[in-house]
Amino acid sequence: MTDQVTEREVGRSRARKEDARLVTGQTNWTDNISVNGLLHLAILRSPMAHARIDRVDVAPARERPGVVAAFSGRDLAEGLGSLPCAWPVTEDIVLPDHPPIAVDEVRYAGDPVAVVVARDRYAAADALEAVEVDYTPLPPVLDLEAALAEDAPLVHADKGTNRCYVWPLATGEDYASVRQRADVVLKRRYVQQRLIPNAMEPRAVVVTPLAASGEYTVYSATQIPHILRIMLSMVTGVPEHKLRVIAPDVGGGFGSKLQVYGEEALALAVAQRLGRPVKWTESRSEGYLATHHGRGMIQDIEIAATDEGKLLGLKVDLLADMGAYLMLVTPGIPILGAFMYPAIYKMDAYDFTCTGVFTTRTPTDAYRGAGRPEATYAIERIMDELAVELGLDPIELRRRNWIRHEEFPYTAVAGLTYDSGNYEAATDKALALFGYDALRSEQQKRNEHGDVVRLGIGVSTYTEMCGLAPSRVLRDLRYGAGGWEAASIRMLPTGKVEVVTGTSPHGQGHVTCWSQIASDVLGVPFEDVEVLHGDTKAAPQGMDTYGSRSLVVGGTAVHHAAQKVVEKARKVAAHLLEASEHDLEFTHGVFSVKGSPEARKTIQEIAFETFSSHDLPDGMEPTINAEHLVDPENFSYPHGTHLCAVEVDTETGRTTIRSYVCVDDVGRVINPMIVEGQVHGGVAQGIAQALYEEAVYDDEGNLVSGTMADYLVPSAADLPEFVTGRTETPATSNPLGAKGVGEAGTIASTPAVVNAIVDALRPLGVTEVAMPCTPQRVWEAIEQARSGKDGSA
Amino acid sequence: MIPPAFEYARPASVEEAVRTLADAGEDAKVLAGGQSLLPLLRLRLAFPELVVDIGRIPELRGIREDEGTLIIGAMTSHHDVIRDPRVRRHAGLLAAATATVADPAVRHRGTLGGSLAHADPAGDLPAVILALDATLIAEGPAGRRAIPAREFFVDYLQTALHPDELLVEVEIPTVDGWGFHYEKFHRVAQAWAVVGVAALVRRDNGHIAEARIGLTNMGSTPLRAAATEEALVGAAAPGAVQRAAEVAADGTHPSSDPSASPAYRAHLAQVLTKRAVLTAGGMG
Repeated sequence: MTDQVTEREVGRSRARKEDARLVTGQTNWTDNISVNGLLHLAILRSPMAHARIDRVDVAPARERPGVVAAFSGRDLAEGLGSLPCAWPVTEDIVLPDHPPIAVDEVRYAGDPVAVVVARDRYAAADALEAVEVDYTPLPPVLDLEAALAEDAPLVHADKGTNRCYVWPLATGEDYASVRQRADVVLKRRYVQQRLIPNAMEPRAVVVTPLAASGEYTVYSATQIPHILRIMLSMVTGVPEHKLRVIAPDVGGGFGSKLQVYGEEALALAVAQRLGRPVKWTESRSEGYLATHHGRGMIQDIEIAATDEGKLLGLKVDLLADMGAYLMLVTPGIPILGAFMYPAIYKMDAYDFTCTGVFTTRTPTDAYRGAGRPEATYAIERIMDELAVELGLDPIELRRRNWIRHEEFPYTAVAGLTYDSGNYEAATDKALALFGYDALRSEQQKRNEHGDVVRLGIGVSTYTEMCGLAPSRVLRDLRYGAGGWEAASIRMLPTGKVEVVTGTSPHGQGHVTCWSQIASDVLGVPFEDVEVLHGDTKAAPQGMDTYGSRSLVVGGTAVHHAAQKVVEKARKVAAHLLEASEHDLEFTHGVFSVKGSPEARKTIQEIAFETFSSHDLPDGMEPTINAEHLVDPENFSYPHGTHLCAVEVDTETGRTTIRSYVCVDDVGRVINPMIVEGQVHGGVAQGIAQALYEEAVYDDEGNLVSGTMADYLVPSAADLPEFVTGRTETPATSNPLGAKGVGEAGTIASTPAVVNAIVDALRPLGVTEVAMPCTPQRVWEAIEQARSGKDGSA
Repeated sequence: MIPPAFEYARPASVEEAVRTLADAGEDAKVLAGGQSLLPLLRLRLAFPELVVDIGRIPELRGIREDEGTLIIGAMTSHHDVIRDPRVRRHAGLLAAATATVADPAVRHRGTLGGSLAHADPAGDLPAVILALDATLIAEGPAGRRAIPAREFFVDYLQTALHPDELLVEVEIPTVDGWGFHYEKFHRVAQAWAVVGVAALVRRDNGHIAEARIGLTNMGSTPLRAAATEEALVGAAAPGAVQRAAEVAADGTHPSSDPSASPAYRAHLAQVLTKRAVLTAGGMG
């Protein structure tokens, strides 16, 4: 007799099943994989942002010790297609060819130009120095506005323009007429600096060919094994059914591994040509050049309101830096943000335009939040500015405009229907945890005394769209695939359970959470559930992991698949117990006949009876295994209120976060500890954008912040203790009530920090500090404001 | 990151190390704790033919006292410097500044001598050693010679050491009774100092009798803020310290990087000097 579960698993802070393996090193990162005869790739990259390739001679590299082969771009061009862009956001988008390795022209510093294959990594790296390349420099294209000028040098000369696309959205009333009714119109420009994702594990790929059958196994540190399989098949011509993609344990991604990379295609192409297994692993500084970047936008935002602080309309014009090429979802990232600028506020008109711009920099693409942090930053910053303009407390201005809890479901001006939320509750809880009034009075005292160290308070009341995505909406947005997710449940003869998921975790804790969900529905112990993922052979269907979708879509699929198992098992139980299905109760994994509780069968017993199949109902398929695919009916809308108090040293410009409170509503929580971890990491990443991180380029287009010595990623030592709280308004669009939590902290925190800095310095005349708010920038802003007051500037 | 190929030697004594260096000429690099050299190798910014690992020479480790002088072996780790009671008592500035170096892992591997011989002006210890008026002892084929700290740091990553010389010891005159403080301004915990100020202050009857100010990352070498040192003599109140600190950046030529412009560094030097002196002098 197997143990049955009597306590609900969902809602428990279960320690993560994954961690014992991960933290003791008994795991299998891609770079750990070794097979007989493995060869190593090293890639020579362009040292220039933009140049014509006049000559590549790899012959000298072939002479180097340990080198097996060397290829130029031209050597590999035949048989390699263009890297895919799955999201051509407009009909007339400019879609340049994107060879996995440059042939005639390099378009960013880091663009691959040659590949060396050697018996070990050292020999490969050394031999790169023997490759001879002649370049003719071409003008770099770096500034987004200058790139759109008539006579601007072109990133893709054959396209005749650097303008990639123009994507408009006008909803609600006509913005221009609404603006005329306004008492106050504020216009601001915000700049989203480029960020470099820093997953703990760099990218790596191993390809093993099986010559006899023409099969290839691709191991890759990727978020998207399923999408990668399809796309690699298209790029390399290896038929899809001959291609198996495995994402072993993957050490973080943050969107940077939601990609089909040239190196993955090159590794497969080289393995094809040589018939030998190959490996490529990037170094951190190589990744800074060659792994896609995030953000990179200029945001012009205009808000129209009445004197009483009622919002009337919002106008947003974006210039979005695509970088040199369109990668998997590059053009769509700002479009994910398009719907989020109106945020939690009611208004009558919304007018949005995004212009995508090519530059000679590393391509951009998804980075934690992907479009939504940028939107949230702009609206939350300008809401604070509007509050100042109107003489209102920033919280009060938000209260006057947000959707009240009794108004849900609410169709916001941009067209999304928010199913649930309670902004009042989250804000009230955050204010209480923060001690808002006491901090405001301390702030006032410091200002009156003219203290060197000023106090500032920043507010961010955010929402986001998660659970990507309803497939029909994706169709309307011209995205190339659907947004469904798959799960199947295998009831093993001994009563243990395998959950197969199409999501592809890379640090999130899916194995633990999916076990909790399955355990509750099936009534089997948490420990008896294993979760299989990340291998197209083991989990053949899936849309992978990004956009806070895995729990909302993939977890829902697990829930439904488990319910199907129970319904199939019910038929077997009814047959064995000689009762009608309607007379059976199912509690904690036990079927029992109503009124005669001694007549019972556990679900594990049913699993064995089904395996033996000696006595199944007539005509029943001999399995209680089940599969379920979910296509979400709506997005989910996590929300919350983040409050940040900073101390700004006006002599040095240094910002220190004194306290940080966040109350997030991510719907029903499966595992509170995992949610807490996601919030901590997310907030840290958002603070990093506000204070520390920036991809800095020089005038020639070289990445200056090319190592972690210059690209500053904060650690725990640099961050405050986070005070976290939750409200729980279940999502109505999925049976779990879950909304997703992977990106919430990142989306919310950046404007809370910058709002606090500007709030601290406003008495000195500062109204804006560009991100990252480095000590130098803060000091310069203070100096400029001071000299302005003196009338000298 | 893959370093370029190099030969490797691990001498067992200073004598053998010096001989190895003399034989190798200009193409050898000494490996101490490896916290600076290994990143340079991996980024392919250094291409030595020979790496001479001095990690297994016991005589290079350890701390002793000799008549008003503290003598620290070049291969003594930061960790050992920080926790040594003699360093804390007689050269508290060194202990305090060393505790700000990077993170615990680096402090266990990195060494005082390695940090000084690397001569990175953004490193914390060169400016501290300069403020302490230390003497660096080098050993070469012709024997030992003493190099005053003021003459040791020649240019960016360049010292007065000859290619066949090894830094073996650091002699620090004790500064018992002096107030001290190292004011380090860095953007994240493990990052190098944007600017750092090492202050030693001797007070007499409530007035500053003598001050020594070392500046981190204000030029191609660590520097002394000579004008401020002079102006501080006789200062008794914070206002006088502030005025003296206003000339802290005089004669410096700080570099530019994504964290700071030269003008901002000059400003920081003034603010941090004021703060370091006020704290060191107990006047804050």
